[in-house]
Parts: sequence; C-alpha cells; structure tokens
Amino acid sequence: METLEHILAEHPFFTGLESYYTSLLVGCAANVRFNAGTYIFKEGEEANEFYVIRAGKVALEIFAPQRKPIILATLGEGEILGWSWLLPPYQWKFHARAVEDTRALALDGKCLREKCEQNHDLGYEVLKRFCQIVEHRLEATRLQLLDVYGSRG
Amino acid sequence: MASGKKTLTVQQLEGLIPALQRRAYQVVGPVVREGAIVYDVVEKLADLPAGWTDEQAPGRYRLQRRNDQALFGYVVGPHSWKKYLHPAEIRLFAAERQDGTLRILNNAPPPPRRAFLGVRACELAAIAVQDRVLQGDRYRDPIYSARRKGIFIVAVNCTQAASTCFCTSMKTGPQVERGFDLALTELVGPEKHQFLIEAGSDAGAEVLAELESVPASPEICAEAKAAVEGAAAQIQRHMDTTNIRDLLSQNFDHPRWDNVAQRCLTCANCTMVCPTCFCTTVEDVSDLTGTHAERWRKWDSCFSQSFSYIHGGSVRSSTKSRYRQWMTHKLGSWIDQFGGSGCVGCGRCITWCPVGIDITEEVRAIREPAASPKENSHGNP
Amino acid sequence: MATVAANDPMLPQPHRVRQVVKETPDTFTLTLEPSDGAGSSPFRPGQFSMLWVFGVGELPISISGHPAEPDRLVYTVRSVGSATHAFVGHEAGDSVGVRGPFGTGWPVEAARGRDVIIVAGGIGLAPLRPVIYEVLHNRNDYGRLVVLYGARSPRDLLYRKELAAWARQRDTQVLVTVDYGGLSWRGHVGVVTTLFKYARLHPARSVAMVCGPEIMMRFVTRELETHGLARADIYLSMERNMKCAVGFCGHCQYGPHFICKDGPVFPYEQMRPLLEKYEL
Repeated sequence: METLEHILAEHPFFTGLESYYTSLLVGCAANVRFNAGTYIFKEGEEANEFYVIRAGKVALEIFAPQRKPIILATLGEGEILGWSWLLPPYQWKFHARAVEDTRALALDGKCLREKCEQNHDLGYEVLKRFCQIVEHRLEATRLQLLDVYGSRG
Repeated sequence: MASGKKTLTVQQLEGLIPALQRRAYQVVGPVVREGAIVYDVVEKLADLPAGWTDEQAPGRYRLQRRNDQALFGYVVGPHSWKKYLHPAEIRLFAAERQDGTLRILNNAPPPPRRAFLGVRACELAAIAVQDRVLQGDRYRDPIYSARRKGIFIVAVNCTQAASTCFCTSMKTGPQVERGFDLALTELVGPEKHQFLIEAGSDAGAEVLAELESVPASPEICAEAKAAVEGAAAQIQRHMDTTNIRDLLSQNFDHPRWDNVAQRCLTCANCTMVCPTCFCTTVEDVSDLTGTHAERWRKWDSCFSQSFSYIHGGSVRSSTKSRYRQWMTHKLGSWIDQFGGSGCVGCGRCITWCPVGIDITEEVRAIREPAASPKENSHGNP
Repeated sequence: MATVAANDPMLPQPHRVRQVVKETPDTFTLTLEPSDGAGSSPFRPGQFSMLWVFGVGELPISISGHPAEPDRLVYTVRSVGSATHAFVGHEAGDSVGVRGPFGTGWPVEAARGRDVIIVAGGIGLAPLRPVIYEVLHNRNDYGRLVVLYGARSPRDLLYRKELAAWARQRDTQVLVTVDYGGLSWRGHVGVVTTLFKYARLHPARSVAMVCGPEIMMRFVTRELETHGLARADIYLSMERNMKCAVGFCGHCQYGPHFICKDGPVFPYEQMRPLLEKYEL
C-alpha cells in the first residue's frame, strides 16, 4: 500500500520539493473519498484545505437561482482542487462537487498556511506551484470566454 | 354579554337555521356529497350528515355509518371555510378601453351574508390565521374583508378525533375558545339527543334567545366537558413544535428532504385542503374586440413548477425544494411573518395526500440529527 | 359604477404613455403620467409599481425616474416575454394601468453625510438611477458618489449620455465595464468587480447599494467586504415574480421575506444567509 509520502513525492505538483518539505506536507495530509454527487465544499464556506485528486472527477459549479448549477470546469486525476485557502479572505468562491466517486489527498491548508508563514522558503515553493495552476486555469478561462464555437452578433 | 350555557334537544335545534335565515343569512354547513362531508348551503337540519362519521388515515378518507343520528359525529373533510372567505376563483376587476381611454370598473356585487354552521376549533383557529394574513398586515385584502365581515359562526366542539388530527399539539382544540357567535356540544345517547349551547357574542345571544332551551345543568356541563376531553384523548398524532422555526431554517440541507421528495407528487392536494394556505395567482382575459378585459384571481400552490421564478427559469425546480418550501413556510417562517404558526393541526394534508405523507412524521424525522457529509467522507479508503 | 380611488393598492390607476425611448435593442424606457389629471404617486428610490397591460398581465417594474418628479413615472423594461413585449410595444398616448408604489426603498436617508457607492449590473442600473438623481439633486447632503456599472456589451449599456453627464459632476466617479468589448469599445472590459481597483473608496464612511443578477450581487458584496465595507452598510435589491405586490399571493417569498413588502431593497445582513441556499 502506498504511503502518503510516496503519493506526494510522485505527484508532479510536488516534484522538486525537498524531502524535508514533503515530510512537512505529509503531516498535513489525509486520504479522503467522496461519493458521486457529494459536495466537497460550497461557495462561501471557509477554505481550509485543498485536494490532490487521485481518481475520479470533480466539477466546479456556481448556481444562479433560476437554473440548475452551472459547471464552470471539471478536474480529474492528478489535478489540484482549491487555492482559496492560500489567500484572504480564505473563502471558497464556487462549489466543488464530486461528479464520480472520487479519491483524493486532502491537505490541511490552514496548517500549511501557518507553516509557510514560519518558513518562507516553503512558502515560496508552495506559491510558485499554485501560481502555475492559477495561470493555467486563467488562460483556459479566457479562451473559454471567447466562445470560439458560438456565433457572435 | 354572553348568556349562560343552555341545553336544547335536537328538535329544539331545528329552530336555529330558520332564526339565521330570518336574519338574511345564507347558512352553509356540512353535507354528504360524493363520499365526503363537504360544505354547502343547508336549508334545514335534515341536510346535515346525520348518522355519518369519517374514518381518516394518511391518504385515506371513508365515510361510515354511525349507530346513532349524531349531526356532527365526524371531524373535518376536504373543504375548509376558506372556500367562502378566500374564494377559489374571483374577478378582481373589469376594464374598458375605448378610444385609447382606459377605465377600471370596480363593480363586483356584494358577497352574500353567510352563517357558518359547524365550525370546529381548529377551523376557528384557521380563520384567525387567515384574518392575520389577509387583514392584519400592511395591506387588507378587500375581497376577504368583505366576506369576513358579519359572518355568523356556529361552532361545534369535537367529541371525537380522527387519526390524522393533531390540534392538541398546535394548541387549537378540540375545545372551542373564542371567535364564535354560538357554540354547540352534541351529546347523543341511546335515549337522548341534545346539545349544550352557549353564546359567544351579542349576535349569538340574540339568536339563542329565539330558541327554546333550558339552562344547562351542572351534569350536562360536565358531560359535555368530558366528551370534549374524550376527543383530546383520542388524538394519536403529535407534533413537537419546540423551536420549530429554527429547526427548519437550520436544516435546509437535511437528507430527509430528499427522502420526502421521492414520495411527494407535487399534486398540491395539501395546499388545496389546508385551511390556512392562501397563495393565489392571477389571470388576465380580454374579449376579441380588445375593448373589455378582466383580471381574475385563483388559488395557486407553491407546489406548482413555476410558482417562484425569475427571468430564465423557476427557482424551485425540484420536488424537494417545493416540499421543503411548503413545510418550512407553514411551520416555521410563517411565525416570522405573522407571529404564529400557519398550521392548526387539522390533519387534512395527511388525509388527502395521495401517498400519505404525514407532516408530523416529517418534523420528527428532521429532528433526527443528520450526519454531515464531510464526516462520512473523511476517512481511510 | 365605482371608480378607482387614487392610490388604491388593489386596482390599477389609468396612466398615459408620454414617451418611449429605446435604450438597447431589447430595452425601452417609458414615461407615464396619470390620466385625466389624477393625482401623482410620490415614490422612494428603490420602490416599484405594478404595470398593468390591458388584457395581458401585470409587471413589477422598478421606478427609475426622478423622485422629485412623481407625476412623471419612468420605467426601464427589458422585453423578455409576452407581457414585457406588450408593454414596451406601447406608443405615446396609449393607456396603461399603474398600481403602487410598493416596497422598501434604498437607504437614502441613512446615506446622508456619507459616501454613496452604486454597483449595478445590466438592467440593475434602472432601480438605482433614482438614488443617483437624489444624490446629485441634493449634492451637499452627500459625500462622494461612486458608480460602478457593468453590462454584457457596449450595446447593452443603459443611459449612456447620463453616465457621461454624471461623471462630470463634482466629487463623482463613474466607471463602466463590459463583459465583451466588441471591435470599437475603448473602455474597460471585464466583470464589474474588476472596477474596484480603480474606485476611490473610503469604506468606513460609505454606504453601498447593489443591484443586478444574483451571482453578480454575491461577488460584488464579497468584493465590497474585501475593500473594507461593513456588512451593515451594504444593501441589495432582490427580485422574484409577483402577482399582487401586497403580500397576499405568496409568490415572491424568499425565506421568511416577502420581496414585495419586506423588500425589494434589503440590508445585506438579512440576505447573506439566504443567498447561498440553492432553491430557497
């Protein structure tokens, strides 16, 4: 059976992290699973953790009162879910719902925030990695907005 | 004001309806029709469901023959007095448009002067609830007010309970306390058939004075009291209303809502039979020439798909959200809005639900703490 | 035959259409005045009327005119269905029934002496325009005025000339953005929350009034809080379908509130626990 340390070390997100930091992260990590249809977090809730998806699929959703929840993006195996834990006001901006049965590694964001405050080198490594994720998502979102397939009047 | 309690025989009670008719009241009361006891115009005591009783259970209503000729030996049926006070269909106004000029015509005929015969304690409470909603807030509904004014109420104390009744939990019965002109308690036995009668207003006392009666003996009073207590003792269903408003507003995501949603058909029966439900919709009609138009108001139900919407769609698409809205409103947010519960414990919603959803059972289930989904999912694989 | 008493909340009072202005391809502003010299209905900014289209239906529409001119009732309406379509199809001289005004208004009194932040999305600017009129009409009674307005595209912007005129007023900042700029738009592009970085705000002495789609209001209130506004200083205008506007038909209920009489303007504090409830 894989240890958490092993899972973390193998994951591309954590590649290049010193083993000392990986151990630190392991201390903040736990295996979790969500049945299909469960909400992992909801808009407005306090954001205190993030997830490394190991299997399954998660949808980022928002709801308007007159429609069923709108899926903004889907995340699958290997992807990182959640960065609102990193910056104030530490509040989820969207819902995250497991579309399929999903297994993930949950990392205690609150704990990690504190560790990053104490150890700025760790903080820099974490921020660098999250910046990359945010950049990818932003680029993708902008392209999505272009509605390249739709007709425009 | 009110005269003391009197006793009269069923023969002497025959004089009641004529006394009301002499005062130009149209008397409406319980009659048997199509296998149920409903409210309709009654001309004489013989029109009442003498010798009938009702057997009620979740999703079930049957009339049965009694072994006596009791006039009020049943509880409440699918009709409530809101059919007269808050009519199912009514024209709000008519309008004419000629040469670009619009004229609104407010020329509805005055409603008939009515006497309600056979109003139960829970129904008196329901009328008081609707009084608060439709007359006691920022605006007064002129249609309700016109119909409510001058109603003569002959209340009846229940001497039996149906299995779906829970007035005792809602503190609305079975004893009639206030809001009536006359109140009857029927005492029927092998050798006798009489009524304890009391006036609750000057108008009631005046009518009572026209009937043959004798002062009620302490024995009769005690017998009547025991009969009503007997009804309370027959109550099988209970609703714990402790902190119910907070309970419901704090359990928006309780899994029980999913559970009831699998049973509920959103048929809206409950809202039609509920004596306090007041929601309506409007419909505009005009003639082919476009010179005459009317606006009509009709009963509506929060169970209808597009009851609540904004541009783009309904805000309560799912059955779950609509059932939750109805129950939370009736038992919880009604208290915020009007200072008291919207439920009077009459049990009609339980009896007339085709799948037998029991609102008292749903409350009990919501009181069970729900396991948080997070707790369930955090753990080792 | 009984005629309608002035301001009877139950029966429409005949009004005549004075003017119809096309704001955008699907949005029109109609100015109404009482027929036959009947009385006017003073209103508070944020209130709405029920506009009855003969034989078609009634529409709850925010009043978007000047509160100091109660006998010129102005309504900006977007044509989205048969009733709104019929309404915007009126011409000058036609008759329309009006009931009202109804509902709670924006906290213009509480905002006296303070900065006023208006955040509007799409047609949400219409219910807020009377506040802007009120503030500019009584300029010395208020502090800074900041108007942040976002629409889908340049074609969908309302009151463009007025926006430019307001921007020129003393101690007033007007920022406009669109989601899609198109070819000739030289202004901001992005959602309305992106305007906050350009707004000059003094949060401690500000009152914010927000109107737009619910998603937009959720994000804007979050942004206002991030910028230091107290929750108690934020107000929203909510919307649901209405049949009666007087708290009897039951349709506009939102949690324990009737939007027609407890709203449509609500303190954010009251709305906050409800906004996150899906299918409330």
